[in-house]
This record gives sequence, structure tokens and C-alpha cells, in this order.
Amino acid sequence: MDKFTTLTGIAAPMPLVNIDTDMIIPKQFLKTIKRSGLGANLFDEMRFDRQGNEIADFVLNKDAYREAEILVAGDNFGCGSSREHAPWAIKDFGIRCVVAPSFADIFYNNCFKNGILPIALPQEQVDVLMKDAEKGSNARMTIDLDAQTVTSSDGEVFSFELDSFKKHCLMHGLDDIGLTMEKAPAIDTFETAAAQARPWV
Amino acid sequence: MSPKTLYDKIWDAHVAHEAEDGTCLLYIDRHLVHEVTSPQAFEGLRMAGRSVRAPDKTIAVPDHNVPTTAGREDPSNMTEDSAIQVAALDKNAKDFGIHYYPVSDIRQGIVHIVGPEQGWTLPGMTVVCGDSHTATHGAFGALAHGIGTSEVEHVLATQTLIQKKSKNMKVEITGKLRPGVTAKDITLSVIGATGTAGGTGYVIEYCGEAIRDLSMEGRMTVCNMAIEGGARAGLIAPDEKTFEYCKGRPHAPKGAQWEAAMEWWKTLYSDDDAAWDQVITLKGEDIAPVVTWGTSPEDVLPITANVPSAEDFEGGKVGAAQRSLDYMGLTPGTPLSDIEIDTVFIGSCTNGRIEDLRAAAEILKGKKIKDGLRAMVVPGSGLVRAQAEEEGLADIFKEAGFEWRLAGCSMCLAMNPDQLAEGERCASTSNRNFEGRQGYKGRTHLVSPGMAAAAAITGKLTDVRELM
Repeated sequence: MDKFTTLTGIAAPMPLVNIDTDMIIPKQFLKTIKRSGLGANLFDEMRFDRQGNEIADFVLNKDAYREAEILVAGDNFGCGSSREHAPWAIKDFGIRCVVAPSFADIFYNNCFKNGILPIALPQEQVDVLMKDAEKGSNARMTIDLDAQTVTSSDGEVFSFELDSFKKHCLMHGLDDIGLTMEKAPAIDTFETAAAQARPWV
Repeated sequence: MSPKTLYDKIWDAHVAHEAEDGTCLLYIDRHLVHEVTSPQAFEGLRMAGRSVRAPDKTIAVPDHNVPTTAGREDPSNMTEDSAIQVAALDKNAKDFGIHYYPVSDIRQGIVHIVGPEQGWTLPGMTVVCGDSHTATHGAFGALAHGIGTSEVEHVLATQTLIQKKSKNMKVEITGKLRPGVTAKDITLSVIGATGTAGGTGYVIEYCGEAIRDLSMEGRMTVCNMAIEGGARAGLIAPDEKTFEYCKGRPHAPKGAQWEAAMEWWKTLYSDDDAAWDQVITLKGEDIAPVVTWGTSPEDVLPITANVPSAEDFEGGKVGAAQRSLDYMGLTPGTPLSDIEIDTVFIGSCTNGRIEDLRAAAEILKGKKIKDGLRAMVVPGSGLVRAQAEEEGLADIFKEAGFEWRLAGCSMCLAMNPDQLAEGERCASTSNRNFEGRQGYKGRTHLVSPGMAAAAAITGKLTDVRELM
């Protein structure tokens, strides 16, 4: 997994609540058996018409935001399905960080497995960053994972909370499965005891 | 011992390792797998040279992207991408030695219907699947939730999931339901009350007289949509109905093991003085047959209400409501029961079980669907389908003008060719009304099976109580 330490980049504003995983990556793109290449279809039905032409007023089609690496969005981002195709598409497009007042649980977890940092901040602070993002490509935000801060283009600093284990894995690009396998003896012990306590499982 | 919730008890019985910061490895008893969210996970195992740790606890069935039309045993009758995903699951099941129900097997169906039907899902278990509607299995008092593909790979390799404990929410539905009100109306009404983010960070336990009175199938409908309320999992404490449902299922314990299991299962309830982080109470008698009007499952109103306007909402929801109204092509103030529909879909892991089909058939018996309407029943499994045929329900649907399909997820997520055309409006027993969910620019109104049947007859959203 890619490491995430610091990021300074363009932030695209999406001031919409309940951006769901069907919006992020519609189901027709779930037919792939690979993880790669989904960025071309990120937000497909908002971004393109049925002939495949760009819809001009969609934020990521505006010149200022084509190179966006950060999204600033409304409440409950990533609600809906468990499809990891959503973070795969976001990452493949080049976005490494999403800032919103809250995230749906499964999506939130999926981000960390893919080197994406989801940052939850109070609504008032997201409002400030949304305005900052609306300034376009000259306004670059900075994310510092170690310090757990977002700095607006004006230099205003916001601190965010994060689970320490998730932070550690993201900063070092660690593979969850490898880490868990180091704990195989504990799993073995549990499995043996559980098989005796609940043999019907 | 300090009092515990049902969630606390199941959690405590499955922690295989706990780190100092509270991050746990939760042992997984059942891992359900389908063709759409698993290929990348199996590919990951192969690339790392890893095996499936507990193949006997891993069950696979294709459901999301399979056609529901005849002849699908032959891959040449599938679209190319379906055939590739199904072939990948065939191969992965065989190579890694996991339980498998191919499309040719009568037991094939939607993964969340097959699990309980075959007795894989039992009280007190931990159940995961790469699908958010895994919450369904919570109806058995099993801790069940959806996971992403990386987590699918993690569970395949280690039989554990990295988790921190969620908070406890109690949702109590007191009293009795009124006639025409179903489990679907309960679960939608709860989401209407809490919002789609209300359950974020929580595991919900549903309780109260109205929940106890539900059948196991109704309870599955309630827990199924816990995720639409944002909760990782929904739970209902097991009782005699649960045990009766499980008994004799192919993979349920038998003899002395059944007795031993029962002894533990009977301890699976929240202690009277257990602590809750949040409590929500709805009166059963206040719940009406409901429909959704917008593009979020929280956009719920009684069928007797009118389409709201954006000004009825606050904050970020104002813009979202306006966007929903525009997308749905609705004018504020219009009675919901005046909204004409083009399509009716009965099926899904929410409402694709035998009781759902009975409820719809009861309304449809001896009647025809409105001229020009497209109506489809997609049973949740091959066994549900066979039972519906045996009970004569299939004939009622067919005589009314419904298409009678093979089992799968079908138009619930519309990955297969079962889709809405642009601008088409559907009364659907599924679980999500998101933009584009059932087809590009398709419009979805979520309803119970009885309400879907009523809408099929009149051609518009209809109060089922008028046809009872």
C-alpha cells in the first residue's frame, strides 16, 4: 500500500450531503475483476453524459480541478454499498484525501486499505475549507498526517482525530494481512478454544 | 459481572487478540462470498501465495451479476462480463476448496437469503460478506456486517477482521403494528427518524413488542436495512422463533450439539440494566405504510402524505432535497398516491423471501397489473422460487402479468440486464433509491411487497390498505 505522510494539493469542492457509492462509481463498472483503471469512471453519471461527453459544470471537469488531489464534501460521504471500487476509483483518479463532516463506516475503513486519508471535521470547519476549495487551483491545502492537521490556503490550521493504528498503517504503507499473520499464534489459540466451546460453528 | 448488551456478549466471545489501543482481531464464524466483490481478493491471495484459512467456514454463491432469465447455466447466455465474474468465482471456489452453490444449483440465490436458508447463519455467530446488506443476518442474533474487498482478502487469509468496538444503540418498536404495516415499513420509518447517518458508529439492537411479533423473515427485512441507517450491523435477540427457524436446516447443529448450542443461544440477550449509548423508541401503532419520495432512504413518508418541498428541510439537506425532487421529477405538494409508475420490482435480499411473495400475491390474487406496466418478481433463491411455485403463488403473479424470474439480485442494483430506462419510475421492494441505482436516470420508490403489488394493479403509488 502507498504511504501517506503529507500532501499539498488542489481541493475540489462537492457541497452535497449523502454522496453515495453509487454516485462515486456506478454499478456498471463493478463488472471488472481488477482493482485498476476505475478513475476514468469516477462519478461517471455526474461527470459524463450518455455519449461520454463531459458535463461542463461538474467540478472535476473544470480546468481548475482536473488535477485535484483532495475532495471537500458534505455529510455522510460514501454511504451505501460496501464496494471498494469506490476508493479504488477515487485513488485511481489521483485523489488521496477526502474531507467531510462524517463518513459512512464501511467506506471510511475501505479508504485506509488503499492509501486514502478520510478526514472528518466539524461542519463549521468543513464550511471554511469548502470556501477555500472554491477558490480554485491557486488555493492549495496541505494535509499533514503525522501532525493530524489540515491547513487552508490562507494558513488556517484545523486538527483532526484519527485512530492511532489506522494512522500508523497509513503512514508506513503497511499491509494489514501481514501484520495480522504475525499474530497467528493468538488466532490459533482462540480457534482451538472456540472449537471446544462452540463445536457446532 | 457487569451487565452487557447482546452486541457486547457476541463481541466478547469472538475477540482473538486485543492490542493496547483497543484494536481487536475479531474471529469470523461465517464468511459469505459473491462474484462481484471477491475476484480481487482471491487474486491478492494468489499473488502473495496465501491460502484460505478456514474454507469450511467460507460459502460462495453468485448473485449480484447473474442473469435471471432461463438458460443461464450456459455462460454463452450471459453477458461477457457476467460470465467472466461467474467463471472466476467457480474457479476460486474450486481452487480454494470453499462451499459453493453455482447458478445450476436450486439452492443458489441471493447470498443473504441462502445463508439463513441453509442454516449457515446461526445465533451468536460473527458473519461477514463483501456486501453491505450482510446486516440481514443480525435477525438471528448474529453480529453481521458488510466489508470491503481488502477486508474480504483479510478474512480469507486470517479468518479475522481488524475491528474496534462500535457503540450500542437500542431501537425499540413498542406495541402492535396496524393492518397493512410490515417489517419494511418499520425499517424505513426508523431510517426516516434517524437519517442515513444516524447509525454511523453504532450497532443497533431492534427490540420491543412489534419486533418480537415479527416472523424471522420480517426480522431479516428489518436488520437488512440497518446499513441504510448508517449502522454497521443490526441485531435482534434470538428467541423460540429463531430456534424453530434454524432447527433442521442443512448446516444447523443436530442432536447433542443442538442442545449445547441452545444452552448458549438462550443467554444471548441484552441484560436488563445494560448501558446504551443511544435509545430510540417508535410506537408500532404510529407506523404507516410508507414510500420513499427522494434519492436517499431517509426520504420516507407515509403513503397518505404529499411530496415535500426543499424548504421543509434544514442545512445541507435543503440542496439535497431539491436535487432529489429534480431527479425524481416531482412537484412539491403532489399527493404521493398520485404518482404514476412504469415498473414494479419485487425481490432483493430485503424482500425476496417466501413471506414477501405471499404478501404480494395476496393483493394480486385474481387481479391484473395496469396495462403497459412492466412488473417483475425475482425470488431470493431457487428454493424460494420452487416453494412459491408449489404454493401457486407463481401462477398468481404470472396471471396478473408479472414476469417470473430466476433467483438473483437483479434490479435491486441493476448490474445485470434488469434495469430501468432513463426517466422510468419504479415501485421497488429493494433497499436503495440512490440516483441511477436501478438504471441511468431511473427513479425508485422503496415500498413493501404489498405496496408494490398494489402499485402494480393501479399503476401508481397506492395505499395497500385500500386493496386489502
